[in-house]
Amino acid sequence: MQLFDELKTLGHKHIKADKKAGERVPSGMWIACPKCHQSFYHKDLGVYQVCPNCGYGFRITARERLKWLVDSFSEIDDSLETSDPLHFPNYQKKLAKARVQTGLNDSVLTGIAKINGQSAALGIMDPDFIMGSMGTITGEKITRLFERATRQSLPVVLFTASGGARMQEGIFSLMQMAKISQAVKRHADAGLLYITVLTDPTTGGVTASFAMQGDIILAEPRALVGFAGKRVIEQTTHQKVPNDLQDVERVLEHGFIDAIVARKDMKEKLAWLLELHSKGRGANG
Amino acid sequence: MVSLLDKKKTAAQIVANARSEEKMSAYELIEGIFSNFMEFHGDRSAEDDAAIVGGVAEFNNQPVTVLATNKGKSAEERLRTHFGCPEPSGYRKSLRLIKQAEKFSRPVVALINTAGAYPGKSAEENGQGEAIARNLLEISSVKTPVISIIYGEAGSGGALALACGDRVWMFENSMYTVLSPEGFAAILWKDSSRADEAAEVMQLTPTKLLEQHVIDGIIPESRSHKRVFKAVKKILQKELTDLEKLTPSELVEKRHQRFRQF
Repeated sequence: MQLFDELKTLGHKHIKADKKAGERVPSGMWIACPKCHQSFYHKDLGVYQVCPNCGYGFRITARERLKWLVDSFSEIDDSLETSDPLHFPNYQKKLAKARVQTGLNDSVLTGIAKINGQSAALGIMDPDFIMGSMGTITGEKITRLFERATRQSLPVVLFTASGGARMQEGIFSLMQMAKISQAVKRHADAGLLYITVLTDPTTGGVTASFAMQGDIILAEPRALVGFAGKRVIEQTTHQKVPNDLQDVERVLEHGFIDAIVARKDMKEKLAWLLELHSKGRGANG
Repeated sequence: MVSLLDKKKTAAQIVANARSEEKMSAYELIEGIFSNFMEFHGDRSAEDDAAIVGGVAEFNNQPVTVLATNKGKSAEERLRTHFGCPEPSGYRKSLRLIKQAEKFSRPVVALINTAGAYPGKSAEENGQGEAIARNLLEISSVKTPVISIIYGEAGSGGALALACGDRVWMFENSMYTVLSPEGFAAILWKDSSRADEAAEVMQLTPTKLLEQHVIDGIIPESRSHKRVFKAVKKILQKELTDLEKLTPSELVEKRHQRFRQF
């Protein structure tokens, strides 16, 4: 006996594809989550741009993040431009495009913010600006943010998102890791608080410097955080790497993240941590 | 292969020479420069990484802490050191020994020849990024001179973690890069076979890096190892003498300025 009666079941021969359907449905209406692969209506992402199924925070520009993160924000160093130290072919064109796309001069937005009434020096990296890669201006802006915070006795909150060093700026990009680390150390030595929030993706030279130097390291659910890329690891070791190796949930289990915080709770949690640290006996901020 | 002593070299030739089999091993270099080297093992947390050799020695009768990335000579040693690519525990060992050097006010000399930090599953799980980040953070304010000498390859954050001190010198046939030329070409041009072209663009040669103040000087190489040791010793002694004239806070301030310029 057949489980289904073939004649009474809809088969592909019964369905005529509406070839014009594609024209009537605007693109971008249905979105698939890159993490759990579930599809859903784009409005279900909500203001926080979070997958309704698994909680993964979609990649958003720095300015989009700013909308729900702060009460007020005054931007600094928004006109610095790279000297293109390697004179790399087509780099200027790429930069111009990224500037239009993100409304930023380089891959990080910096300024002084109020978060639920708490003052902080705030930096937000933008994954849309040449993959959030770290160039000399990214490094300069973050360094200046720490220097300003140290002078004004402010805590620093930094949202990281980066593919790593910016290849087009070669060794100068690498030097940013040391430059920023020094500024972080001076800020730390002044007894001031530094919170990093790791967002998708945080990798390479950013992970290997300021992303992992926070007093408190938070992360967004299901974000990818690692040093080397999955493909590089597989090519080097000739071994398959588990898909979730660099998910923040695993990184937390290995002891490198303090807490995973959902976007909708981020503002409140950050404000509370900032307030808590302004109350301590030795508090400087 | 192009001779190590050929004076006019393209960037691609420098890359080939930096990776040459003829390069001295970490132990040969340590033996040639220092006396009475005693190796200290372990990160005091989990393990001992063979890719970073560390310990104490004497240099012109003065105590020093020595660190060196080690590619190994035998096949067995090369597997054990991942061809000189350190695990996170290697960076934790190096930081432990640098802090020890600071406590006992002796300078640190780091000898670097690594393609970069090891990209592996366990390296990720054990916090490769965090280990390098901690080195960068702590070394930035360590109150004792840290001198680095790149004697072969120096790739990416894995090299910078040992080259973020007061002076960086390079052997004539060595390279210092943000990523291997192959990786650079693969990322930017989706074609790793254009590595030679990448090498030219990247400004990875000692001469170029000296012009940009990324390094402080170039050490000439010679077929005679003895002559190379002699050159290194002369430079080290001069740098140590200069750095030891500074107070700890002047030392840290100058180190800060060294990287703040980029």
